[in-house]
Amino acid sequence: MEFFERFAIPHPSPLIYASMVAIGLVMLAIVFGLTYFKKWGYLWREWLTTVDHKRIGIMYMISAILMLFRGGADAVMMRLQTAVPDNTFLDAQHYNEVFTTHGVVMIIFMAMAFIIGMMNFVVPLQIGARDVAFPRLNAISFWLYFAGAMLFNISFVIGGSPDAGWTNYFPLAGTDFSETVGVNYYMWALQISGLGTLMTGINFIVTIFKMRAPGMTLMKMPMFTWSALITNVIIVFAFPVLTIALLMGTFDRQFGTHFFASTNGGMDMLWANLFWVWGHPEVYILILPAFGVYSEVIATFSQRNLYGYKSMVGSMVLISFMSFLVWVHHFFTMGHGALVNGIFSITTMAIAVPTGIKIFNWLLTMWKGKIRFTVPMLYSIGFIPLFTIGGVTGVMLAIASADYQYHNTMFLVAHFHNVIIPGVVFAMLAGLTYWWPKMFGFMLNERIGKWGFWFLSIGFCLAFFPMYITGLDGQARRMYTYSEETGFGPLNMLSFFGAGLMAIAFILIVYNVYYSFRYAPRNVGQDPWNARSLEWATQTPVPEYNFAVTPVVNSSEAYWDSKKNGHQLFKDKISKIHMPNNSGLPIIMAGFFFIFGFSFVFSIWVGVILSALGIFGCMAYRTFENDHGRYISEEEIHETEKNFGGAKE
Amino acid sequence: MKLKLAFISIAILITTILAGCEPLLVLDPKGPQAETTANVIWLSIITMAIIVIVVIVLLTIMLVKYRASKQSEDYEPPHIEGNPIVEAIIIGIPILIVAFLSIVSVKSTYEVETVPEGYENQEPLVIYASSSDWKWHFSYPEQDIETLNYVFLPTNRPVEFRLYSYGPITSFWIPQLAGQKYAMADMVTKINIVAETPGDYAGRNANFSGEGFAENTFTATALAPSEFDKWVEEIHATAEPLTEEQFDKLLEPGHLGQMTFTGTHLDFRPAPEGEHSGHNHGDSAEDHDNHEEHEDHEEHENHENHDEHSGH
Repeated sequence: MEFFERFAIPHPSPLIYASMVAIGLVMLAIVFGLTYFKKWGYLWREWLTTVDHKRIGIMYMISAILMLFRGGADAVMMRLQTAVPDNTFLDAQHYNEVFTTHGVVMIIFMAMAFIIGMMNFVVPLQIGARDVAFPRLNAISFWLYFAGAMLFNISFVIGGSPDAGWTNYFPLAGTDFSETVGVNYYMWALQISGLGTLMTGINFIVTIFKMRAPGMTLMKMPMFTWSALITNVIIVFAFPVLTIALLMGTFDRQFGTHFFASTNGGMDMLWANLFWVWGHPEVYILILPAFGVYSEVIATFSQRNLYGYKSMVGSMVLISFMSFLVWVHHFFTMGHGALVNGIFSITTMAIAVPTGIKIFNWLLTMWKGKIRFTVPMLYSIGFIPLFTIGGVTGVMLAIASADYQYHNTMFLVAHFHNVIIPGVVFAMLAGLTYWWPKMFGFMLNERIGKWGFWFLSIGFCLAFFPMYITGLDGQARRMYTYSEETGFGPLNMLSFFGAGLMAIAFILIVYNVYYSFRYAPRNVGQDPWNARSLEWATQTPVPEYNFAVTPVVNSSEAYWDSKKNGHQLFKDKISKIHMPNNSGLPIIMAGFFFIFGFSFVFSIWVGVILSALGIFGCMAYRTFENDHGRYISEEEIHETEKNFGGAKE
Repeated sequence: MKLKLAFISIAILITTILAGCEPLLVLDPKGPQAETTANVIWLSIITMAIIVIVVIVLLTIMLVKYRASKQSEDYEPPHIEGNPIVEAIIIGIPILIVAFLSIVSVKSTYEVETVPEGYENQEPLVIYASSSDWKWHFSYPEQDIETLNYVFLPTNRPVEFRLYSYGPITSFWIPQLAGQKYAMADMVTKINIVAETPGDYAGRNANFSGEGFAENTFTATALAPSEFDKWVEEIHATAEPLTEEQFDKLLEPGHLGQMTFTGTHLDFRPAPEGEHSGHNHGDSAEDHDNHEEHEDHEEHENHENHDEHSGH
């Protein structure tokens, strides 16, 4: 019996039982639906085994939106709990689990998935490639991410969620203070999806360096591709640190080592350092692709070329380098003295300079432009002032002496939501709306989209601006409750109200998908926004081979030049195209990884060994597999292109 | 513009809330350290507000002047690559602002890390503040007393808190007197505080440390030196001595009210500094890990002196 007791939740509550039932029902409904509509084969052939970067990108984004709702539910629960003083909606332990999973889900499984999904869909199209460099590796990346996300999400129904914060500081995260398997889940879920991310990093660097269309030198790449390149370089440098830190943490928890213990030569501060050596570049991994999206959207809807292309690229390169030099600002209060703090304070503030350059370049892109207020543009316009506020509060936090007062307070919480929500989330919504017609062949409804934007922006301001004030009034973060005398009550209530508006916004955004799917016209053409870069030069929705003929590029806005200046994009004749075959191996391998992670979490060594054999078996199979891909014949391409409205030669 | 209106109304809302309520703790300092940080915070708020306003004004101008609905159908925006002078300005001004704030940051950080100006010549009162799940223990080696979850400080005298933890990393914070510093299990960190106004100040652990974290609070009371001495005498007259057994019980996870003892736990459970530090690998001070700055070596010697004193 003892064997099974470990799987029970240590702190059950009606909410958890309700979500267990909900999860069960949803899974039953999905299985039943797929069987009833006879879609199992379609799902397997077209999606689960696909190596097409566009479909993988879409699957990433669907998962990201699901995770957004998971993390969002956590957020609403937290705001509800703290809306009034001495609330008893959640108890301390449950609240601790909720804010931990909120952080992890939003950063690792929502934001990361969203940006990687968007890079997957857009980058090969923007550089005129047929796919990424290693399509099957790309599928493995996605399925590893998915396995990690699922592993993390089952934690709250089997064995208990992690409860040491998303930063997971030792010794709190060690077995002395966190006895349940929760933190084991944290270790393995992040480890598995982190491996996927690392593979993505390598894949995209190779793709961008080796697979650009003829004529596209590095300085003629569209800005989103540039941001993707820099992001992936940061990924390749930063993620190995996380991999090792997680492994050391696992050893501490499960094999009795003392890397992060405060006794026997271990050092608790080592975790904090390793975590943030990865964690701070991670912030820029999230924000740079967002900057890329804004650069595309603002240029398109101002009907102008991007101002200061070179300084945009230069500032991103500088940011990527400096992002590795600032990690200590996450724990100025650890007592390393004024000299160390002074140095990291200066490097941190210095990183504001390249970021500031970008803000002014976007403003100057609008200058003399012809600005259209579409939904993607609204998000970009809202981004500029809101992100500036988030940025300048970042500079305030960078002043070490003042940080002694902001640290660990709601001021900090307000700051990083102020950069991540208008920065990353707005960008992803802008990008999703912008590239939606490329993905699905119809546009999202503008009216509902605008409602969504206003609910989200106003909700955001109401939810997070009060936190700056309560932070300065001494409200520490991560407190599950507070007394009435503190006077935090009214402002926290306002925050809860704002969170409610944001929840409505996300429901509107999803409703918009449903509404537009049913009612939007399908004949939008290949370039509905009058856009500028290469992805708009192909058909809508994009055929699996992307471009029937590889385009020839002369500038960073090749498609615009072809529309306005008579540049000829497609010079060659259509000939047969080599494409990779679909493969079931990635999802099977990720399945083994899931079992491996789950077994490891509960120290079920038989499961660990068997699944490890399975993983190596998959690798061996791939090594000896004879799969050279396939060709799409000329006739087939002509046929496809004709269906989309005439071949382009 | 709706957007502009939204921002103005939010700005007004924030100022009314700020003006209408009692002063925010961090901006209502009662000692020189907190005053330094409060001044720095105000300075940075003003500097940063200027930047935000400039960006919002520029954005508003762009949106009003260059929106499509205001322009003729056939207006074709020009192709502009970038201008070295404009780019020099948008790089140069942020650099100047950052340089200015860097100086402010470094200077003020040195200020709050040392004994405040005017108090350098006084001998500081040393108080060991250690956290356990989820309490604060305050040991006064000089006075030979120990308190739980409350601390009394004499006004206008520098107080040196030496921080460590019997559990997860915690963060010692009395917002009206000084900023935070971590307390950790394997070393001692220091915080210099001077309270200039008598009064009760809220203090807490600000770093998440598990289930009882929210209630991990204490009160810091500043009172005139003569009254402080009286309070110490009173304790020696009334309180029970702290035994090792009792202290182990206090360390068990949970919440306790305020308690007072004579004697300190430092005698049988020394603080992790000097030879008791988690990173001391031998007798010689040279064996200290690099992250402990040489200040700590001096402190090591000081500590031994204290031990000698308390040995009387």
